[in-house]
Amino acid sequence: MTDWLEKHVPKLVLAPSLIAIFVFVYGFIGWTAYVSFTKSRLLPKYDLVGPIQYEKLANSPRWEVALTNLAIFGILFILFAMVIGLILAILLDQKIRTEGPLRTIYLYPMALSFIVTGTAWKWILNPGLGIESVFRDMGFENFTFDWLVNPDLAIYTVVIAGVWQSSGFVMALFLAGLRSVDGEIIRAAMVDGISTPRIYMSIIIPSMAPIFLSSFIVLSHLAIKSFDLVIALTGGGPGYATDLPATFMYAMAFSRGDIGQAASSATVMMMIVTAIIVPYLYSELRPRHD
Amino acid sequence: MTDLSLNDAQMDERASRNRLMKRVALRLGLYVLLILFALYYLMPLFVMVVTSLKSLDEIRTGSLLSLPREIDFSSWGKAWSSACTGIQCEGLRPYFWNSVMLSIPAVAISTLLGAINGYVLAQWRFKGSNILFALMLFGCFIPFQVVLLPMAITLGALKIAGTIPGLMLVHIVYGIGFTTLFFRNFYVTIPVELVKAAKVDGAGFFRIFFSIFLPVSPPIIVVTVIWQFTQIWNDFLFGVSFSQAGTQPITVALNNIVNATTGVKEYNVDMAAAIIAALPTLLVYVVAGKYFIRGLTAGSVKG
Repeated sequence: MTDWLEKHVPKLVLAPSLIAIFVFVYGFIGWTAYVSFTKSRLLPKYDLVGPIQYEKLANSPRWEVALTNLAIFGILFILFAMVIGLILAILLDQKIRTEGPLRTIYLYPMALSFIVTGTAWKWILNPGLGIESVFRDMGFENFTFDWLVNPDLAIYTVVIAGVWQSSGFVMALFLAGLRSVDGEIIRAAMVDGISTPRIYMSIIIPSMAPIFLSSFIVLSHLAIKSFDLVIALTGGGPGYATDLPATFMYAMAFSRGDIGQAASSATVMMMIVTAIIVPYLYSELRPRHD
Repeated sequence: MTDLSLNDAQMDERASRNRLMKRVALRLGLYVLLILFALYYLMPLFVMVVTSLKSLDEIRTGSLLSLPREIDFSSWGKAWSSACTGIQCEGLRPYFWNSVMLSIPAVAISTLLGAINGYVLAQWRFKGSNILFALMLFGCFIPFQVVLLPMAITLGALKIAGTIPGLMLVHIVYGIGFTTLFFRNFYVTIPVELVKAAKVDGAGFFRIFFSIFLPVSPPIIVVTVIWQFTQIWNDFLFGVSFSQAGTQPITVALNNIVNATTGVKEYNVDMAAAIIAALPTLLVYVVAGKYFIRGLTAGSVKG
């Protein structure tokens, strides 16, 4: 008996967490996927009726707005965060004496809740009292900056705040990457008289391909999950102009009382994330030949 | 002849001076750029602080970026103890304590589970343990929308819907993946021979954990605790979905204060409330930034 216990104790120790993960992650995903094929409204129903919820979703103008916004927000957010992060990392990599404090400043937004970030930017972008009035006081009397309340442009304010919060994090990833590039190769290139910009363009940046991939994964994951930032900054408005799939799902589940639509939109989100994460995890966890 | 060599020397000198000038200009440009970026990141924090210290009158008439003419702390008091989050007007204070009561046990339990899971997955591997690890890891990346509905039903069935213990359970369950990842990647670097030798000496599973692994763990414990604390303190989605009036965490209360529709819009109170909600995690970041960054990068780059 004690022998058996001794032998299986590692598995027994792992068991509670595994059971929790199987129920709360995989079981719940299964439940949501199942319910997305039922006629559930205010209460869940368990009779399968086929993909009617997905048809309804496809015909919903609000869902279309949410998906379009995800594309706009996702592309711009990832692009700007990566470009700014890379520029900052390269600038900081030039033997800057005050690197420590500067890094601290660039990265602190990552410690904030998206609700705090959203609250701050909502005030800064406030038409009337925010940035707009700063420029008007400077003499640009016709300057208008009303993106926050403009249904066509409000989604771009989410990009502004999101990039502000996350670009420092990308900088940290790239900086770690720059520091791990083989110094010998760079020294050899310098001895050969190759200019610093060319060393970056043709040696250092190409060798950081894995870092580009990880930042892309992290940022796209952040973009798809974005919920708090939109809620705090625009509340999804004006109207539903800044809805993302995450806020759409929440609205269906908790304010519209439409479980079927909530489950099907959540399932679509799950599929998007899976398409990005699974190949990445697979390549990261694959045993290496070293 | 002598003339010529003199000229050469002069030209050399001029060229090297030019190069030096160019270097100095480049360095200067570099620092200017870095400082401009620093100002961009600091601007929202600056605006929050100065706005929170101004009176409403000054906010309406003055500029967003100007310093307060008179420092007025009253909006901080109001944000802390009397701002309205809806019908209730008790400020952030009760919700601040909700977040404290929620995060301390949730952080402790998920860290403990992560440590023991990581120890098994790194040093006591069995057939299929790598696949189990991958399955746990995948749980970190799911969009939580996909579990909201069944979780709401489950919490209701367990009779802990809308309570702090209920929310705690949610944070523990969805935190295990990351805490396990942190510890597993840390323990993998400890040589297997050490465990083998200890086994030969007759030490068991727990003895080895407590006498060999735990003593070397403080750095990864700090990383994990900071990561979990930041995640749970800053969470909004679970908080807004699984709490009710009275048990809400601070992020939900902050959002309610900012979006309260009754009365005059008090931007100074909003900003003071936002700073109060941000202070604990900012403090952790300033004190232990190194560990904070390690957690962030460990989640995305294989350790």
